[in-house]
Amino acid sequence: MDTMMRAPGQMDMLRFSTAGSVDDGKSTLIGRLLYDSKGIFEDQLAAIEQTSRRRGNTTVDLALLTDGLRAEREQGITIDVAYRYFATPRRKFIIADTPGHIQYTRNMVTGASTADLAVVLIDARQGSLEQSRRHAFIAALLGIPHIVVAINKMDLVDWSEDVFERITSEFAAWSAKLDVHDITFIPISALHGDNVVQHSTNMRWYGGPTLLYHLEHVHIASDKNLIDNRFPVQYVIRPQTDEFHDYRGYAGEVATGTFRKGDDVVVLPSGHQTRISRISTFDGEVEEAIPPMSVSIELEDDIDTSRGDMICRPHNQPAVTQEFDAMVCWMNDRQLEEGKRYFIKHTTRTGRAMIDELRYRIDVNTLHRDEAATSLGLNEIGRVHLRTSTPLMVDEYRLNRATGSFILIDEATNDTVGAGMIVDPGTGGASLVDELADDRSEEPAAA
Amino acid sequence: MTPPQTSTERSVHGGLSHLAALEAESIFIMREVAAEFERPVVLFSGGKDSIILLRIAEKAFRPQRFPFPIMHVDTGHNFPEVLAFRDRRVQELDERLIVASVQESIDKGRVQEEPGWDPMRNRLQTTTLLDAIAEHQFDAVFGGGRRDEEKARAKERIFSFRDEFGQWEPRSQRPELWNLYNGRIRKGQHMRVFPISNWTEMDVWQYIQQEGLEVPEIYFAHERDVFKRNGMWLSTGPFLHPRENEPITKKTVRYRTVGDMTCTGAVESDAATLDAIVMETAAARITERGATRADDGFSETAMEDRKREGYF
Ligand SMILES: Nc1nc2c(ncn2[C@@H]2O[C@H](COP(=O)(O)OP(=O)(O)O)[C@@H](O)[C@H]2O)c(=O)[nH]1
Repeated sequence: MDTMMRAPGQMDMLRFSTAGSVDDGKSTLIGRLLYDSKGIFEDQLAAIEQTSRRRGNTTVDLALLTDGLRAEREQGITIDVAYRYFATPRRKFIIADTPGHIQYTRNMVTGASTADLAVVLIDARQGSLEQSRRHAFIAALLGIPHIVVAINKMDLVDWSEDVFERITSEFAAWSAKLDVHDITFIPISALHGDNVVQHSTNMRWYGGPTLLYHLEHVHIASDKNLIDNRFPVQYVIRPQTDEFHDYRGYAGEVATGTFRKGDDVVVLPSGHQTRISRISTFDGEVEEAIPPMSVSIELEDDIDTSRGDMICRPHNQPAVTQEFDAMVCWMNDRQLEEGKRYFIKHTTRTGRAMIDELRYRIDVNTLHRDEAATSLGLNEIGRVHLRTSTPLMVDEYRLNRATGSFILIDEATNDTVGAGMIVDPGTGGASLVDELADDRSEEPAAA
Repeated sequence: MTPPQTSTERSVHGGLSHLAALEAESIFIMREVAAEFERPVVLFSGGKDSIILLRIAEKAFRPQRFPFPIMHVDTGHNFPEVLAFRDRRVQELDERLIVASVQESIDKGRVQEEPGWDPMRNRLQTTTLLDAIAEHQFDAVFGGGRRDEEKARAKERIFSFRDEFGQWEPRSQRPELWNLYNGRIRKGQHMRVFPISNWTEMDVWQYIQQEGLEVPEIYFAHERDVFKRNGMWLSTGPFLHPRENEPITKKTVRYRTVGDMTCTGAVESDAATLDAIVMETAAARITERGATRADDGFSETAMEDRKREGYF
């Protein structure tokens, strides 16, 4: 790892998720990225060499590297999200490695929730895109700004440019409907390493970047929403010592926007207005705070503010509401049903929520809407209308991932059962997901 | 080599630097726990990862005091340099230290010393830890575990739920989305929380360097009487007795992790400064646990098995 060639302050961080159907080569690809970027250590390599040999494989199975738990090793499949790390001189990477089985939509959603970029794998031989479309749909639903479609196993199709072009154009035609502005297609062979870290000498017709080069250079700083100021108060720091007698710091993470000393602000839901007198950190005062900095904000006036409140700008406020529409991905065996109640956690605020209505369930493979549905099972996605016991300060998810997302928690088991993305914060207007679903429902399933 | 930076340093790309982003996430996690739990505690071994935890706690809560005590699970086989450092650091911070002692668990008959020559106490710590959690009614326990350390850890949640028996069930972990951590538990259950899950060994050293943090001397290269056992250089001392076929030699070594003396190996190294350690870490080809921990070497799933029982 050459991370020392640059001072650490010069590196930034990129989180990406990987999705692919079983056997598309996802584990091999991750193994390859780690191996070629020297993110694998010798003892890890020795361990997987040993296991490969025991299983009778002739080559080292790089996929074993990402098989974390005993149950998975025994079944030979990846069943849960695992996180991997590697770094180059430009960037530190966090990979959310999520399995591709149909029944594991929940894992894909989990991995995608924090990702800046998604790598969707396609087996060049299959070229069938149904599963890959599902992965891209989930990436778009979760608001991932950048998608890389890696067309793998190019060695098995004679490194054919035609095959690559056919898959690319088919996929591009379909994905034009998704709210993703940046899609990059790269032909690779994860097994042999072509176009993963090193340029392929087998595909001279390809003039684009290697996968790693793209990951290192994709511009993510501008993905951050620096406009809509949202600061969910997380914790109130009150030292109550002589030295800091009147100190009251509203601690939290800047969700979106840019906060500056002297800014006029409004505290929601109360609506009281005041001004920022100071933004401080352990290392001293800062002039401005951007996401995702964790800071303490001090206010000029002593207004009653506590965890769960949100500091915003008077002329740019989220909706303060107790009912809204959301797309919900269900993550539990106990079904979502109309009329059921859950705990809801949204930013730093927790309350109760009631499912008023399930408007429809969406088939993630065909994007067909089933409006007769009254429940959502594990790994199913649908649009619900819900009401909450406490006002929430919400934005549409596609405009603001931080204030547009929430989780639902089962009151009996305390399990996290649902992941929600707000599509209509009560201000009207159809969501993009909605339009997309509409669109698809007019076409035959799985074109 | 590296100029000191503030934690709000922007990278050349215009966003936060990777260390600033990691730090911000860790602060967020600690504050979330302080807000949602009644009786948290932070584990502190004197090792580099828990040193980071204490610095993150300062960043999260100062000028207030920590809203939780510090706890050390003392195996009774610690490096004396590390214990001295532990006490010094806690005093500097002016916070409260609780010591949970494995020796006491043995004396009370809660656990038995493992049979054999120079027994390790690694596994015994689990009982001591769980007893202390029950005694103090802790509902959230911060640990310095990192996902890059070991494959079972790679899948562990940041908020990792433990049942009434302190057990971890890797097959039924709660999904963890965005930064919306689910801290709901019932009485008798608790949460293990890992604020530096996303840090690597390299990040840890770079951050120690950036922050100018003190670490125990044994992390730096020094001369020591060692002998080889199970392929590792172990230190002579009151808890380790080299056998006849384990000759003692003097070597220049350092430690990459500081654990129990009976199962923590030294690596041969000349890295005597933080800069040199960062260089060495960048060039290292063996994971820190692989190089220095006998406890994980016994089977491919050693860590997973211990974690299920309630280990750190
Ligand atoms: N020929 C060829 N085989 C590959 C390639 N990538 C992966 N494979 C093989 O495809 C199979 C499935 O790969 P794996 O990484 O386990 O797939 P996963 O289920 O998506 O993680 C394995 O036998 C791999 O060796 C490739 O680029 N070319």
